[in-house]
Amino acid sequence: MQPALAIEQLSKTYEGGFQALKDISLTVQPGDFFALLGPNGAGKSTTIGIICSLVLKTGGKVSIFGHDVDKDFSQAKQLVGVVPQEFNFNQFEKPLDILIHQAGYFGIPRDVAIVRAEKYLRQLGLWDKSHVPSRTLSGGMKRRLMIARALMHEPKLLVLDEPTAGVDIELRRSMWEFLREINASGTTIILTTHYLEEAESLCRNVAIIDHGKIVKNTSIRELLAQLNKELFVLDIREPLAECPEIESYPLTLVEPNTLEVEVEKSQSINHLFEVLSGQGIEVLSMRNKTNRLEELFFTMVEKNLTGESHD
Amino acid sequence: MTSQQKWIAFITIVRREIQRFLRIWPQTLLPPVITIVLYFVIFGTLIGSRIGEMSGLPYIQFVAPGLIMMAVITNSYSNVVSSFFGSKFQRNIEELLVSPVPSWIILSGYVVGGMSRGLGVGLIVTILSLYFADFSIHSLPVTIAIVLMTSLMFSLAGLINAVFARNFDDISIIPTFVLTPLIYLGGVFYSIDMLGDFWGGVSQINPILYMVNAFRYGIAGISDINIVWAFTMVSLFCVVLFGVALNLLDRGSRLRS
Ligand SMILES: Nc1ncnc2c1ncn2[C@@H]1O[C@H](COP(=O)(O)OP(=O)(O)O)[C@@H](O)[C@H]1O
Ligand SMILES: [Mg+2]
Repeated sequence: MQPALAIEQLSKTYEGGFQALKDISLTVQPGDFFALLGPNGAGKSTTIGIICSLVLKTGGKVSIFGHDVDKDFSQAKQLVGVVPQEFNFNQFEKPLDILIHQAGYFGIPRDVAIVRAEKYLRQLGLWDKSHVPSRTLSGGMKRRLMIARALMHEPKLLVLDEPTAGVDIELRRSMWEFLREINASGTTIILTTHYLEEAESLCRNVAIIDHGKIVKNTSIRELLAQLNKELFVLDIREPLAECPEIESYPLTLVEPNTLEVEVEKSQSINHLFEVLSGQGIEVLSMRNKTNRLEELFFTMVEKNLTGESHD
Repeated sequence: MTSQQKWIAFITIVRREIQRFLRIWPQTLLPPVITIVLYFVIFGTLIGSRIGEMSGLPYIQFVAPGLIMMAVITNSYSNVVSSFFGSKFQRNIEELLVSPVPSWIILSGYVVGGMSRGLGVGLIVTILSLYFADFSIHSLPVTIAIVLMTSLMFSLAGLINAVFARNFDDISIIPTFVLTPLIYLGGVFYSIDMLGDFWGGVSQINPILYMVNAFRYGIAGISDINIVWAFTMVSLFCVVLFGVALNLLDRGSRLRS
């Protein structure tokens, strides 16, 4: 089966010379619920923009269910629905009209579109707003309107760019619930976020993007396990010839006088020292070694806390 | 997309465009009607009665076709320029850009939308003008053909203006500094025979001159210039503008980053 999304060596340099994407490759399997996680400015929206052809790529290949977005653009576009980060509908039009028009651009007859629009407006709790100018909708409603709009042509791949930014907690939960249902019914979902919590509660697989590069591509489970570990560097008095083995403490001898040990955050380190002492190994000092992933999450969390999350 | 789907997309754009100018009719339909009635009262009735005849016609009958054309031109142009720029500004043009609609359908949809307003206002103004001037139609095919082509041409021009525009100033500069002078110098209010050789020659590069004269020929049977030549020029302008507009949309100029 063709992957839902295949990105090969994708690069983007914006006018003015800024390189937002540096040869990224990514594959998302059909049926997956996939997170593209990264801090602000990482290149998430640029990637999404290229997938739905709002941004012109400068290199690489993108295909959707095997259809190249350049050579086969009509079919590729029929298969993907996008919910952008910024509101991009006509604020003077009514939600119902916005949906019917969007369906029309995909060649869906008006009578079919009317039925479908009502279905999605009801599901997303917007039916009583279907005839008011959309500028009067709240932020959360506007975002749900864009979700409904992206579903009008019933795409097999739904892409959402920071769908819960600026949406309050309660609404965020109901939106998550809705997305889970859509995914359960067979639609592949990719969402970008800079909340680990969001990726954690929704997604199965994740790619972490930073400064235009994919730094990690793994399952959520694996990622959480990694984030849950700490790496300590131990300086020891006598040089060692070989690395000691201690059960449930994976050790590495990086230099004759330096050991590294991986410890889960919930795991006690008392036992480690006991065993080391027993073997006659004297520890002079210990320090924590942060890995790149942790640093990245640290800056992401910090940005979320300082309120830079809504741009 | 199948041709059936393309047709649905086209109709959707046209319908949306018509809905737009009907929804904001106090901004789109009322002002041109008021303006034209004022022109009729002032130039036609009040001043016109002192002017007497122009090219062998009572002045009001000379000026009426020009005023109708003026309404068609400005409304076709401003509908497309404001609608297309508006959808760039609010970014809802992205709804079309993410869809599989080919550029030529997008272009045709906007242009037919602009023509709907241009021709609609033109029709209202024509009906109103019957109150001020009575004229019979000399040649219906010529009249209709030239109105359609004029409306088409200025809708295309409006779209090109909107594609290049980066802000609201950019969509009023061209109408103010290019379109209005061309209309005033395009033989709406006078016969270019009055201008003498030099300025009469310069006027030949103004496309509006051809349109106004062909239209006046269709209604009153008189023209400052050769009708076949007028149609040739207007067709040429349409083809060139269509090519330019389609190329801009295809390349995604100022639409995709
Ligand atoms: N149109 C543009 N022109 C120039 N630079 C841009 C443009 N859009 C985005 N960028 C830059 O590209 C980088 C990635 O942006 P973006 O993809 O929006 O990041 P994210 O969505 O992950 O926050 C940022 O540094 C941003 O400033
Ligand atoms: Mg973004």
